Amino acid sequence: MGRRGWFAWFLGACVVLVAAIVLGAMIGPAGAISKANWNVIWNLRLPRVVLGGIVGATLSLAGASYQGVFRNPLVDPYLLGVAAGAGLGATLVFATGLSGSSMALTASANSWPIDPLPLAAFFGGLAAVLVTYLVGASFGGSSATLVLAGVAVAALATALQTLILQRNNEVIRPVYNWMLGNLSSAQWSDVRLITPYVAVCAVVLLLHRRQLDVLRVGDDEAVALGAPVARVRLTVVLAATMATAAAISVTGLIGFVGIMVPHFVRMLSGHSYRSVLPMSMVVGAAFLILADIPSRSLLGGAELPIGVVTAILGAPFFILLLRTKRAGV
Amino acid sequence: MSRLTRFAALAAVASVALTACGDDNQDAGSSSTSVVASLSTVTGDSTAVAPGGSTAGTVGVDGGLEMRAKIISLSPSATETLFAIGAGSLVIAVDDQSNYPAEATKLPHDLSGYQPNAEAIAALKPDVVIHDGTTELEAQLDKVGIKSFIGAAPKSLSDVYAQIEQLGALTGHVGDATELVSKMTAEIDVAVKGAPQNPGLTYFHELDNTLYSVTSASFIGQMYALFGLKNIADDTAGGNDYPQLSAEKVISADPDLIFLADGMMGESPATVSARPGWSAITAVRDQTIFTLDADTASRWGPRLPELVKAIAEALTKVPSKV
Repeated sequence: MGRRGWFAWFLGACVVLVAAIVLGAMIGPAGAISKANWNVIWNLRLPRVVLGGIVGATLSLAGASYQGVFRNPLVDPYLLGVAAGAGLGATLVFATGLSGSSMALTASANSWPIDPLPLAAFFGGLAAVLVTYLVGASFGGSSATLVLAGVAVAALATALQTLILQRNNEVIRPVYNWMLGNLSSAQWSDVRLITPYVAVCAVVLLLHRRQLDVLRVGDDEAVALGAPVARVRLTVVLAATMATAAAISVTGLIGFVGIMVPHFVRMLSGHSYRSVLPMSMVVGAAFLILADIPSRSLLGGAELPIGVVTAILGAPFFILLLRTKRAGV
Repeated sequence: MSRLTRFAALAAVASVALTACGDDNQDAGSSSTSVVASLSTVTGDSTAVAPGGSTAGTVGVDGGLEMRAKIISLSPSATETLFAIGAGSLVIAVDDQSNYPAEATKLPHDLSGYQPNAEAIAALKPDVVIHDGTTELEAQLDKVGIKSFIGAAPKSLSDVYAQIEQLGALTGHVGDATELVSKMTAEIDVAVKGAPQNPGLTYFHELDNTLYSVTSASFIGQMYALFGLKNIADDTAGGNDYPQLSAEKVISADPDLIFLADGMMGESPATVSARPGWSAITAVRDQTIFTLDADTASRWGPRLPELVKAIAEALTKVPSKV
């Protein structure tokens, strides 16, 4: 697909995103926007919409980048252990009662300038991927060894997490909620917290979209073409990981988006990473904002975890799309 | 995502355990602060309700809320207490686990304390929301000018009474709260004094059929301790108030009494007796297995004496030892 072709798709996706934002702002249990409930809309609903957009864009962009770097369409941003590490960090915080959002131990939480939960999740995720990378690199650093190291690190982190939970089963519910991912606790402070990391990483990743196209031909060929394969891979993995860690540190693990949105985008506008990366951001943002609407509205007074909505709405739609696309080829 | 699946299985087990042991006392284990400390957190906040204080607006003359103040309770225990002290008319909505008293179930009750939806709560325009402080709800409500009352799970009987009195102060029903506390104290006293004195009996409190239990450090465990009963889970390591026991452990500890808080999940004296190897347990041989009401066996509200009475009643069925 030519440049002009994908750009039309990109503009279309932007229109959908704007529509999603407007819909997201208008629909929720507190009703339509009015002067009377503006306080609620501004403080409770809009942070969800904005955070949903940022996190959806981040996970989709990171997923597309991971898929490019590993030349594997089944990869999601959690491949190298960032989710397991973040989960371990979050569990530690819940189990030790440090989190302001856990228990009534606010006396200790108050002494923290910011909530330790996202911090622990963020650094837990980064640490896990760092270990994966060091282990993988010490065995040659090919993408296969990296993936294997990621499996091992994730298994270890998950085992530690399970051990902690077993001994502190009173925190299983908050940890479980965190694992399912949710935008229900979104606040403007969350948006402020992650935006700097996410923005820098997104710029870095977008700047590498041409190199990702070169990598598509294979490591050896890319080297022959003069591409700095190892450096590109390291940079992209680090940027995608940091962005993912930042995103999930405030929302927990939101699945499906990171793996499916890039595929959806490829079906629309082609396989070149020049289009896949920016398209993934816009479509991912719109998708998560839209998915959060039933998440907060459908059950009335309770939350439907966003991960449930993304899968229930997204999976059949995706399968349908896959079918139509196949039939059309 | 296989780890999520595994996790879901683990959490399902736990939620079963927690449902059985209380709708919102999952934080009992690690919440070392008493409700008093929780409340001082609330009062330390600029917009928080200060019982006896003078926060502008909704706080009434006697330190409680004015009669028009609107309360949402996301805690089944607090719901029961509010209605018992005559403050039920202030409650405009409750959570989906608040099933008692009957008046409470006539209120909107689709809110969730587990998965609180801040916007749905705010849409009802309450003045105060009672919740257990386990989520980020407090910070969110604070942003829209709604106060939080943290009704965390108690660690002891005196915590239970303190929380009832705090709810009395919050709602301007101080006298009713004091009256309720003396009534509960008296009923519990009578039940304990009237029970057969049989020191040294051991018991196993079952939260679910994967053998999650409670220790004496837990609030439920302390109700048994009133009778001098010994908890077989007390020597488990790890400082966890809600440990999971192995069947071997239960059988080798040979409890004299078994209390089932998982009756509504299909467990009964018959199913327990039929478990492989359990016939060796004294409680199974003597058929001193008792099914408790899951709600009263997990809430720290006005119906707490009913749990104590159920234990007292069970003790009368224990065959006298030589």
